[in-house]
Amino acid sequence: MWEYTKTVKDHFLNPRNVGIIEDADGVGEVGSLACGDALTLYFKLDDHKRIKDVKFQTFGCASAIASSSALTEMIKGLTLEEAAKVTNEDIAEFLGGLPKQKMHCSVMGRDALEKAISNYRGEAEKKVEGEIVCECFGVTDIEIERAVRENNLTSIEDVTNYVKAGGGCESCHDKIQKIIDETLGRETKVKKKVIRLTNIQKIKLIEETLEREIKPALKKDGGNIELVDVDGNNVIVKLQGTCAACSASEITLKNYVESKLRELVAPELLVEEVQS
Amino acid sequence: MDNNATTQVAPEVLEEMLPYFSEFYGNPSSMHTFGGMVEQKIVEARERLARLLGASPEEIIFTSCGTESDNTAIRAAILSNPDKKHIVTSRVEHPAVKNLYEYLAKNGYRVTFVPVDRKGILDLDYLYKNLSEDTAIVSLMWANNESGVIFPIEDIGKVLKEKGIVFHTDAVQAVGKIPIDLKNVNVDMLSLSGHKLHGPKGVGALYVRKGTKFSPFLIGGHQEKGRRGGTENAASIVGLGKASELAARNISGENIRVKKLRDKLETEILNRVSNAIINGDREHRLPNTTSIAFEFVEGESILLMMDEYGICASSGSACTSGSLEPSHVLRAMGVPFTAAHGSVRFSLSIYNTEEEIDFIIEKLPPIIERLRELSPFWKKAL
Repeated sequence: MWEYTKTVKDHFLNPRNVGIIEDADGVGEVGSLACGDALTLYFKLDDHKRIKDVKFQTFGCASAIASSSALTEMIKGLTLEEAAKVTNEDIAEFLGGLPKQKMHCSVMGRDALEKAISNYRGEAEKKVEGEIVCECFGVTDIEIERAVRENNLTSIEDVTNYVKAGGGCESCHDKIQKIIDETLGRETKVKKKVIRLTNIQKIKLIEETLEREIKPALKKDGGNIELVDVDGNNVIVKLQGTCAACSASEITLKNYVESKLRELVAPELLVEEVQS
Repeated sequence: MDNNATTQVAPEVLEEMLPYFSEFYGNPSSMHTFGGMVEQKIVEARERLARLLGASPEEIIFTSCGTESDNTAIRAAILSNPDKKHIVTSRVEHPAVKNLYEYLAKNGYRVTFVPVDRKGILDLDYLYKNLSEDTAIVSLMWANNESGVIFPIEDIGKVLKEKGIVFHTDAVQAVGKIPIDLKNVNVDMLSLSGHKLHGPKGVGALYVRKGTKFSPFLIGGHQEKGRRGGTENAASIVGLGKASELAARNISGENIRVKKLRDKLETEILNRVSNAIINGDREHRLPNTTSIAFEFVEGESILLMMDEYGICASSGSACTSGSLEPSHVLRAMGVPFTAAHGSVRFSLSIYNTEEEIDFIIEKLPPIIERLRELSPFWKKAL
């Protein structure tokens, strides 16, 4: 038996805002009978563009019904911009948590809301982006990557719990593992740089980045840059060539050199030009 | 209403077991009278179980559960036929057999999974066509735990005997519910489990027909004539013996009553709820089981709403198992997803009453109606 919280049980047994809004401003439909759960979400806005009324219909298990009900309570009275910020984690949190295997129910809520908002804004239904990885449940690589990134998922089982991918014939497990590795690989690399850099490593990495990324770009415009010193998080450089005389050098330094170094080395770096 | 999952230990069974937890704690293997008294009681249990099956006591090996019995039987068959690399089973087996076969498939065995039709009936042509000299064992369940459908074990046994192929049956759901007489059925090995017939959990048995090549799964002491090592679970074996005696007594009379209750439940629910379908053949079926598919609603929701009234059942829906697909049994039967997700199994026992059945008939239809009102597919389907 599932361990459902009191809030989940309450929203399942007494779901709020069940029904249809005939003249809805936005409608979002996700899921299908075959998938085992589906949700249709309707909302109506007031004169101040706030969500005045919201209704849902859900086919699915207790946590799917509870997640839908919770979502309607959470977004009532919000502007669409505010509502759009609601994540699947927020829905799960509102319910006092969901069993891991049921997280996909909260993801379904968020997806329905996104669709309803796009529907209101008159955006064409987003075409399925990316490539279908899980044939059984029709889940794309982009959806899997997003779930991995947003929820820090580390295993195939996690991915199945959140977006269902891999829960059927299991033939896509290798592909899912690859997506997890790639997504996490990228993220862990960045984190490592933040956490583990010693001073020497930091200086080396700054030098490498200047050589590999920044100098070639500046040279195209006839300029160049030289590393003078690194003092804590302050990177002191000297601009050369056309850059030295350029009136936009300040912008080059801050918008390009500094942002590049922050992205590739450490986010707390500050770039200064040496005063000659 | 979930007696295919497990049953209540009969009060008579418990009463007979209790002394073997306290005063009679002797080891049945010991030479002294204190142990010998326990040994005597195990002999009696073996006789009682043998009588229920139409077997002789030497053909009974006590195990720890149905799963152990299944594993023992299948491994014994392939170990005794080391040159044969083909094994056969059905697509609707319990995980105890299904997962073992899948494991063996990854370890050098060629596996044939025999399909069933929409009613859950086994494709016998397919089975017979795929048998060969290389077939080490055929393992088929006697009755299905989800649909209750009964396979024609007698007929299959005749064919397999002619061909000289080892035949094992997982009869965990059948023993105690339908009459079984192994004198007239050609099965070489049969698995059963104590807690499915009002005995305790943690005890099962494997019938091995005299003359069948055998090799133990648990290698250890001389218990069970060296066929299953490990000190006997004396109290539970005593319990299984008593449960077998009760089952033999109840199998005709009580089962007619159980069948009547099941039929009433089924008929009344179908009368009161539209878009409800019985999964499985209604004729060749256990007397206590019904699997009903309610279209456009989801099984876990039905179960939890019934749970609020204290009604226990189970579901073939994906959500209840923690997997994402409906049960492999319903899928093998080709039950459409629209119905499989909303399938609920009721399995009765001799302890269910007519009042309980009436209570479900009263409470279930409004639950389905309520969930259908919640469902975006319901209005569209009408």
